[in-house]
Amino acid sequence: MIYLQLFLSFFKIGLFGFGGGMAIFSLIQMEVVQHGWLTPQEIVDIMAISQVTPGPIGINCATYVGYTIGGFWGSVLTTFALVLPSLIIMLSVCKAYFWLNKRFQGNPYFEQTLRMLRFTVIGLIASAALMLMKPTTFIDPISWVIFGVVAVLTILPVIIKNKVTEILSHPILLIALAGLAGYLIYALPQ
Amino acid sequence: MFFQLFWTYLKIGTFTLGGGYAMLPLIQREVVDRKGWIDEQEFLNMIALAQAAPGLIAVNSAIFIGWRIGGWKGVCGAVLGAVLPSFLIILAIAMVFAEWKELPAVEAVFKGIRPAVVALIAAPLVKLAKAAKISWSTLLIPIAAALLIWLFHVNPVWVILATICCTLLVVDIVERRRR
Repeated sequence: MIYLQLFLSFFKIGLFGFGGGMAIFSLIQMEVVQHGWLTPQEIVDIMAISQVTPGPIGINCATYVGYTIGGFWGSVLTTFALVLPSLIIMLSVCKAYFWLNKRFQGNPYFEQTLRMLRFTVIGLIASAALMLMKPTTFIDPISWVIFGVVAVLTILPVIIKNKVTEILSHPILLIALAGLAGYLIYALPQ
Repeated sequence: MFFQLFWTYLKIGTFTLGGGYAMLPLIQREVVDRKGWIDEQEFLNMIALAQAAPGLIAVNSAIFIGWRIGGWKGVCGAVLGAVLPSFLIILAIAMVFAEWKELPAVEAVFKGIRPAVVALIAAPLVKLAKAAKISWSTLLIPIAAALLIWLFHVNPVWVILATICCTLLVVDIVERRRR
């Protein structure tokens, strides 16, 4: 029963998706590749499209993956299942927040758990990137050049902070340039 | 209220590129500056909570603001507004792209994009690590997590659960000793 499996998978992703869109993408990637629903190549393409489309990346990814696996109803189901745990947890958090008179900050249990989760999520996203470095996505040395250039341009504003590096680090611009490079290198010579 | 929240989030959701974080300044302008639904301090608290809870920051913020302002109806309006435009746009793209995927030109474009996407996942980790004020000793946590997931194929959910349990345990021991 593919719909039930999709629902359970995306509910789990919503429930454990700490750290925003990129962490949720990592969880989606591992879940769909593990189930054999999509290939690493397909999930990378979906990520690319999700990044250049308006709205939260997690929603875009979930909808696209749901549509690819289960058609229209698949996309409704994955998006709903991803949001559902947020609804349950965030509403409880809201109630607790007003009930505790906004005294979440300063609680060592709460603050330390969040701090440690941030570290774990960095590892989670790193493992997602490592898993995607496969011969199907990195087909030749040119792939590594594109990877290197995009990585450097993304990190550059951390080292040299000015308007130019800021603009050049924009993900949508970088995806567009990489797509143009792909077209010029792989399509034109033929 | 349902309709007002729906409309506000719909506008924000339709016109922001770059994911949930890019939506936050727009939400602030609409909800704090223009409508005055909540004040600056509460907005900052809201971001802290939306980041702490699992799920998407944009959706979590919609739930908080919806609940704060319009109760259940507000939540429904804000969440639908935040989700619906992305859902419809990406669904339309998914339908069209299924047809285009086989075209040689499209395949060539994606051959260029794939390594760039992997870089866009990996490189921002530097910023994340810096924002989390990582040190040489705490660097061991993400390294251990990445190796467990990547090499030993441990389900990330277990790694996240282990992080929560271990932290709560350690904090509890420290707190008890202090008392």
